[in-house]
Amino acid sequence: MSTLAVSTVDLARVQFATTSLYHFLFVPLTLGLAPLVALMQTLWHRSGNDAWLRLTRFFGTLLLINFAIGVATGLVQEFQFGMNWSIYSAFVGDVFGAPLAIEGLAAFFLESTFLGLWIFGWNKLGPRLHLATVWLFALGSFLSAFFIMVANSWMQRPVGSTITEGRAELTSIWELLTNRFAIWAFVHVILVGLTTAAVVVLGVSCWHFLRGRNVEIFRPAAKLALIVLVPVSAVNLWWGSHLGIVITEYQPMKIASTEAQWDTCQPCAFSLFQIGGFTVEDQTPSFSIQIPGLLSFLATESFDGEVRGMNEVQAQYEEQYGPGNYIPPVRATYWSMRVMAYLGTLVFLVAAVGAFLMWKQRLERTRWFLWLAVASIPLPYLAALAGWLLTEMGRQPWIVQGLLKTADANSPSVSTTTIALSLSLFAALYGLLAVLDFVLMRHYARLDPPQVGGEGGEAAPAPGY
Amino acid sequence: MDLQLLWFLLIAFFWAGYFLLEGFDFGVGMLLPFLPADERERRVMFESIGPVWDGNEVWLVVAGGATFAAFPSWYGTMFSGFYVALLLILAFLIVRVVSFEWREKRESPRWRATWMWANTIGSAGAALIWGVGLANLVHGVPIDSDGHFAGDFFDLFSPYTVVAGLAAVVLFAFHGATFLSLRTSGDLLERARHASRRLALPAAVVAGGFVVWTVAVAVDRNDKDVFPPVLPAAAGILALALAVVFAFSMRSGWAFTMTGAGAVLMVATLFTSLYPRVMVSQPEFGNSLTVETASSSHYALTVMTVAAAILAPVVLLYQGWTYHVFRERLQIEEEPGSS
Repeated sequence: MSTLAVSTVDLARVQFATTSLYHFLFVPLTLGLAPLVALMQTLWHRSGNDAWLRLTRFFGTLLLINFAIGVATGLVQEFQFGMNWSIYSAFVGDVFGAPLAIEGLAAFFLESTFLGLWIFGWNKLGPRLHLATVWLFALGSFLSAFFIMVANSWMQRPVGSTITEGRAELTSIWELLTNRFAIWAFVHVILVGLTTAAVVVLGVSCWHFLRGRNVEIFRPAAKLALIVLVPVSAVNLWWGSHLGIVITEYQPMKIASTEAQWDTCQPCAFSLFQIGGFTVEDQTPSFSIQIPGLLSFLATESFDGEVRGMNEVQAQYEEQYGPGNYIPPVRATYWSMRVMAYLGTLVFLVAAVGAFLMWKQRLERTRWFLWLAVASIPLPYLAALAGWLLTEMGRQPWIVQGLLKTADANSPSVSTTTIALSLSLFAALYGLLAVLDFVLMRHYARLDPPQVGGEGGEAAPAPGY
Repeated sequence: MDLQLLWFLLIAFFWAGYFLLEGFDFGVGMLLPFLPADERERRVMFESIGPVWDGNEVWLVVAGGATFAAFPSWYGTMFSGFYVALLLILAFLIVRVVSFEWREKRESPRWRATWMWANTIGSAGAALIWGVGLANLVHGVPIDSDGHFAGDFFDLFSPYTVVAGLAAVVLFAFHGATFLSLRTSGDLLERARHASRRLALPAAVVAGGFVVWTVAVAVDRNDKDVFPPVLPAAAGILALALAVVFAFSMRSGWAFTMTGAGAVLMVATLFTSLYPRVMVSQPEFGNSLTVETASSSHYALTVMTVAAAILAPVVLLYQGWTYHVFRERLQIEEEPGSS
């Protein structure tokens, strides 16, 4: 029983992790590019400058290719809760289902309907109305992110609910929607989206500068990207670290594991890099580089704050929830946090250098920077994936913090073979789509921006189907 | 009104909306290899559903989300029980979604043909399995005393449920043809009308047979009386008969209305045959899930009711407006790339 049960839940976990991470490869770009494209169209609407219209079309096409696969993989996420995690679904549906259902009604309808209107409405709607459709699309994607983060944050910090007859029941929708965790996580996701999109717009523009093509068109795009990127990536660093303080309050084990902090400390040094010290048997790193007091500051906002170690929290949880191992995978959380934070910092530095060069009017001629900007495109993606790994792995062994363990939550009627089958199907399908998506995105990112004007309105080679 | 009943009705409503709307875009997808004479006409067929298919698909997302929120055990048992079927549906829908956005992104005829077939197979496959899956709710699957699914993939197939799947496929194809008769012009319009005449009788016979059989299954396996399920079933048969008449008399608007009504009444017959159960258990009928045993708390249902009361009318308004914006018949471009 035990070996079989373990492998079923493990496979279900692997499937959830891979499909979710894959889905989130597409979400941030949609979240960030939707408002940027809307802004470009607004600038065209205001100024009448054709460059903005061409940029709107150009980046609109990239947005569409990306959005298609986000929709397709998002459906998997909704179905997967019931398919692989039926115990979880029955346990949480009363609370967790509400934001998901409201997401469909309030956000997904808005997104899908107005995207269709935007793509096909260039010649059917008046310019102002048409401009409104792209903003409503962007609003829909933001609302969608909000409700999804509300649902996820309830798993991190269950509020507004109580346990009755072996399942969670909603007691206050207001508490659920204003979960402090949700607010912080939602804004973080939006900042990540804007960062990702701005890095992509900057990278694509710089690629065109390198080729010396369409320089006049892409100059305003690069400028817009930098104007967004510098403040957003800076604020995001601060915001992300403040999210750490919120986490410390509600999920002390997650923070302790992220810092590989076994013993309670005060003040606590931040480990920049370490070798060893990641397991119960080996709690002391054989080598580490540390900054004194920094962990205390990151976790408590005070340089001599106390941070509880894993050993202490483990003892407390054993008393509270019974015997068991309450320690998440330490090595994975430690490194995913550092990958996220270091890459986030790198993105900010690239943005700052880019802004300096632009101010000095040397951006287009500084070839090493242009290459750097192109090479930076993967960075926000990797950082976002690492962030989700941290969020979800750091909560283990819980699926809902303190209420339900992941190992008790999967579908009893689904066999290992079935999940193995579905995992291979998704791996094959997603792998194929990833290759095609990359090919298409690269192809369209290298094209000249579509011509406009001259032939009247129909210059829209409708980024259609 | 009792909130559990209200949410049962709302979920039925979302499914009806899904069959009504995605039904015709599935149908257009299924007809793609057969109707158009060339790439320009094929493009017009894609364009006829291009602005709306994505919004149509959200009806499914909302039906799923509402089931999760209002009847968590139903959602858990159904989605884990119908695992392989849903997996196939996901695969069909994924390739279909991508085909819409990606087909025109390359010139190569092979690329375009591949994505066209992806759309066709995705449309037909998803329609088939949705028919089979929903019919199983009434027909019954093995459920144990803990409310977990206790069968396997092949338990989903019986003569009745296979007919349900076929009914969905052929009715949606007919629905797609009547939709194209409203949205196209010229030769393509002629061929769409021809297709709707060819499909009319088979669709009416299979879908009509399916609703009658559903009432029989409800009586036989779900402890229901003939009344009330017979009401939507009879109305469905009437709608399908009228659809045949209008298809042959070339009254496209009415034909489309009636194929749509047929799709909606098919769902109505299923859900009327189901209530007060949400998932019938067979052979252990006593283990069936009911609206009582599967539902969320009163408070959660109240919150959801308020949200739906505010949001659903707004959605209906702007989605209806979209159809108004894209109401004109599509013309075939004279020269590709110009005009």
